[in-house]
Amino acid sequence: MGGRTRSYPDTLPMRLDLIRQLHDLESEGTAAVASATGASEVERLRVELLGRKGRLTGVLRQLGSLAAEERPAVGAEANRVKEVLSSLLDRKADSFADTGSAGTSVDLSLPGREWWHGGLHPITQVVDEICGIFHELGFVRVAGPEAETRWYNFTALNTPLDHPAADMHDTFYLSEDTVLRTHTSPVQARIMEVYQPPVRIVVPGRCFRRDSYDASHAPVFEQIEGLAVDEGITFVDFKATIAEFARRFFGPATRTRFRPSFFPFTEPSAEVDVSCQLCGGTGCSACKGTGWMEIMGAGMVDPAVFENVGYDPERYIGFAFGMGPARIAMQRYRIPDIRLFYENDVRFLEQFR
Amino acid sequence: MNISYRWLRAIAPTITDAPHELAERLALLGAPVDEIVELSEGLRGVVIARVEEVRRHPNADRLRLCLVDAGAGHPLQVVCGASNVEAGGFYPFAPVGATLPGGLTIGRAKLRGELSEGMLCSARELGLGRDHLGIMTLRGEWAPGSSFIESLGLDDVRLLVDVTPNRPDLLSHLGVAREAAPGGTEDLRLPELAGADGRVVEIASAGESGRTAGVRVTIDDSAGCPRYLGAVLRGVRVGPSPEWLATRLRSVGLRPINNVVDATNYVLIELGQPLHAFDLERLGSDVRVRLAGAGETIRTLDGTDRPLEAGMLVIADASRPVAVAGVMGGEETEVTESTRDIFLECALFEPKTVRTTARSLGLSTDSSYRFERGVDPDLQPVALRRAIALIRAVAGGTLDGHAIDLLPRKVERTVVALRLERVERVLGVGLTEEALLDSLGQIGFVVEPTGGALRVRVPGYRPDVTREIDVIEEVARRIGYEAFPEELLPLRPTRVPEDPLLRVGRAVQDVFTARGFLEARTVSFAPEQEGRVPLLNPLSAEESHLRDALGPGLLRRLEHNWSRGTRDVRLFEIGTVFGPGRGEELVREEVRVAAVFTGSRRPAHWSEDAPAYDLWDLKALLSDLGPALGPGAEVLPGEPAFSAALLVGDLGFELRVGEKVVGGGGLVREGAVDAPAWAGDVWLVEARIPRGGVLRASPRYRPVPEQPAVERDLALLTPVGVPSAEVDATIHAAAGDLLEAVRPFDLYEGKGLPEGSRSVAWRLRFRAANRTLTDAEVDAAVERVLTRLEEGLGVRRR
Repeated sequence: MGGRTRSYPDTLPMRLDLIRQLHDLESEGTAAVASATGASEVERLRVELLGRKGRLTGVLRQLGSLAAEERPAVGAEANRVKEVLSSLLDRKADSFADTGSAGTSVDLSLPGREWWHGGLHPITQVVDEICGIFHELGFVRVAGPEAETRWYNFTALNTPLDHPAADMHDTFYLSEDTVLRTHTSPVQARIMEVYQPPVRIVVPGRCFRRDSYDASHAPVFEQIEGLAVDEGITFVDFKATIAEFARRFFGPATRTRFRPSFFPFTEPSAEVDVSCQLCGGTGCSACKGTGWMEIMGAGMVDPAVFENVGYDPERYIGFAFGMGPARIAMQRYRIPDIRLFYENDVRFLEQFR
Repeated sequence: MNISYRWLRAIAPTITDAPHELAERLALLGAPVDEIVELSEGLRGVVIARVEEVRRHPNADRLRLCLVDAGAGHPLQVVCGASNVEAGGFYPFAPVGATLPGGLTIGRAKLRGELSEGMLCSARELGLGRDHLGIMTLRGEWAPGSSFIESLGLDDVRLLVDVTPNRPDLLSHLGVAREAAPGGTEDLRLPELAGADGRVVEIASAGESGRTAGVRVTIDDSAGCPRYLGAVLRGVRVGPSPEWLATRLRSVGLRPINNVVDATNYVLIELGQPLHAFDLERLGSDVRVRLAGAGETIRTLDGTDRPLEAGMLVIADASRPVAVAGVMGGEETEVTESTRDIFLECALFEPKTVRTTARSLGLSTDSSYRFERGVDPDLQPVALRRAIALIRAVAGGTLDGHAIDLLPRKVERTVVALRLERVERVLGVGLTEEALLDSLGQIGFVVEPTGGALRVRVPGYRPDVTREIDVIEEVARRIGYEAFPEELLPLRPTRVPEDPLLRVGRAVQDVFTARGFLEARTVSFAPEQEGRVPLLNPLSAEESHLRDALGPGLLRRLEHNWSRGTRDVRLFEIGTVFGPGRGEELVREEVRVAAVFTGSRRPAHWSEDAPAYDLWDLKALLSDLGPALGPGAEVLPGEPAFSAALLVGDLGFELRVGEKVVGGGGLVREGAVDAPAWAGDVWLVEARIPRGGVLRASPRYRPVPEQPAVERDLALLTPVGVPSAEVDATIHAAAGDLLEAVRPFDLYEGKGLPEGSRSVAWRLRFRAANRTLTDAEVDAAVERVLTRLEEGLGVRRR
């Protein structure tokens, strides 16, 4: 039993006896409320202590026996005790309502108060992840202009405009000599003109080709270019770097396949396939039954490119690669139509938070 | 390049891979197969039928009734719509129950009241070509009821090989066979031609000019035409090709035309050498390879009159151009049914000349495609002999005298020096001389040791190989990229620093994503009114220019979301905008960030109404964005720097970094967006991202206060027109060092206030670092504040 305890003489005047009864009521009531275990018990105690036939009423009924001048002091004490108990009862009742342990009316299955969730575009997320992995492999991110001279976009990259290789790119022109870059590769040449090896860069950026919109084409698209140049780099190193990237990006069981191909600015050139992410290489509709998915074009930097930027092609060897994060995002998230990326429906964008 | 599996194996019988295995091997050699088509697919049920009788359909003028012998023992009646069916002819026939490549299953049907028991088929219906002009007519005698695919050798597979622009040698069956045959060049042979008599064709060599069978041939422009072979065949009978030849052409998707043209196309597809046959009678006796003169024209085989430009290379007779060299022949000298004698051209044209000509004429043909990429300079005599043999076999005729081979200059052979140590430096693996000889020899390279570097003689069909590195690629390719190990080598860190712009971009992304914005990516194009840099060759008027701001594109994306019924939209984008450059520079690029937002500040919740975004959200967003763009950024009332025309004039902010306005934002005005009735206010922000990055001052530690603070609230009657920023500054100036912070916490306008004023409640917090403040000190500071406010701004306590 808690509560305050006071000592009184055994025989008391009526006034003091009433005060003692009030104090007993306070301490016993306080203890009883404190040990109440449910809202219904609190309500029962409220009736027992403060109700019309309760103990406080019982004390007040005896007020009539007191002299008129004695009544205010006892009445005041009775009011104080009533307030104390009443507030204790209220707090106790609230405490049961708060935890809802018995008979509460709060529906806790209602949803909580939310905030808007922001997020990056799925292409950005893929770009960041790819660049992050190459950062671990020693590459830093750089950028370059989107409107390029024909020199940087084609000629410096060993692509003469009167060669059919230039047909591989359907180009937007701003003037006879200025184009919208058809790949991020021109940044290779720009960086090499300014910095001496070792060079290890990745270049994410927007590129342009004169393709009409359909499920797999848009006239703008993103590309990530990579370039490593130093003494002592070899084809073996190149293959290992790309395979390492593929394992870190697609998963440790990913296999990589290099096929000969052609790009004017690499030699030997390769297309790189990874084992299909859906079937694991056994063949499915996503990989057209081949078990492989093409993820990038790559190769050893053509010595002609080194000559164009003033590097000694006998001394330096390099490799370069380029990939399309939108295509990789489409494979990863199983997005069927590239136009969804540029439509920017929030119900689409929200899915990649 | 369409490759017929049968044709390929006729050239290289050692190829025993099934088509899909062959495709896999070609992919690993650098020639991936995009598509594998079973030509016989859906043709199993088709038989050869002989039409016995053709009658008019009693109820339809355009239909005929045919009695058909399809080997069933009794004639079948078939209703046919084509006009080229004749009694006694042989045709492919789909009997009742057969399913054609398009999925059509033939049933017994009544057409205009007449029973039809099967269908006579066109080439297109059989998936063999585009020819839909009539029923496919089969030349020769056939057994009615015999299997169509077996009789014609159609049990074939077509592989669509993706040939990169550097590999013209793969634009022929011979070239693909050379790559794919296990033994390389040694496994190759030219298939025998049915009906050929093996007569030897004599070819006489000459320089710039020579004569064959009364025709004088002259090369005026030997740069554009390094080699020209010609031959005259007399007494040919032009007509349909025999089925074996037509089938070969159909198997690679070509339409048979007549036996002479088909023969030249056969050689083109088999060997990769374009040829052209002229009607000798219309050509005359003086053939000249020369540049076109200004004002000359030609009507090409496709029936189009084409003006020629000076510099285009043509074949001409005495008076006029008769062919565009290497691109297309002329209609006037075309070989037709009435042709008796032909002049056969087999030439080598220079790639750039053909490419320039084809481009300016807007023409791309099987011939120009190959010449542009480079035809083997040694191939012409082989191809001419093959073509003459084939024409004589299928169209008869005799070679008049000897053919002529004009070769004004000897064609230089490419010889490359190959260093073993260079191979190792590039490929990372040491290779023996033997391994090099092996891998290169198979595809016709001749490798000779010289003591030092190897001498590699490059075959004529590989014009792409001119340097040591090209040979090294060939070595790697033939050995197989897959055979090389993978090993990460030690690396040196790069000298190139990260682009500072990218770091700013990341900080900006964080500002917006933390506030619930989704990143958008819009295209870089805009209509004329939203861009200042035009594209010379745009795709459409809506995308004719490069954008000069991000705002309009984002608003269009907002409209798209509205049109899908989405009310709450928060989008931001980081992207490049384009303006005219200065001086030499044509275009000036700038990286910007922009954002649009509208709707509720928070997702709806059952407990309360979600308030809509307002001006103060805009201002706070700009204030948050500022530090990412530069130190000491400020947000001030003013006209935004970008897209101001889209915004309400007097409800905007400018974002300043130092003296420079770098951006701003405001309320999008009505009419600037196509908004549905239920749409809320739209707020727009746009700012420039500094290309050089942002140097952010490092924060400095300040002691965390240990003494208690004293707060005072002041309700200030403020004349309308006195900005809060000035009140704030005055309070700071007057209160002195003890004032720690001040902020407005309530604003009241309306009843009970003097005209022209509003009541703003400010909370001032005072604190001293080293002691507890006394009321008297704080009261004194408040008094100073009130005095200065009243004197300076006419602001007094309410």
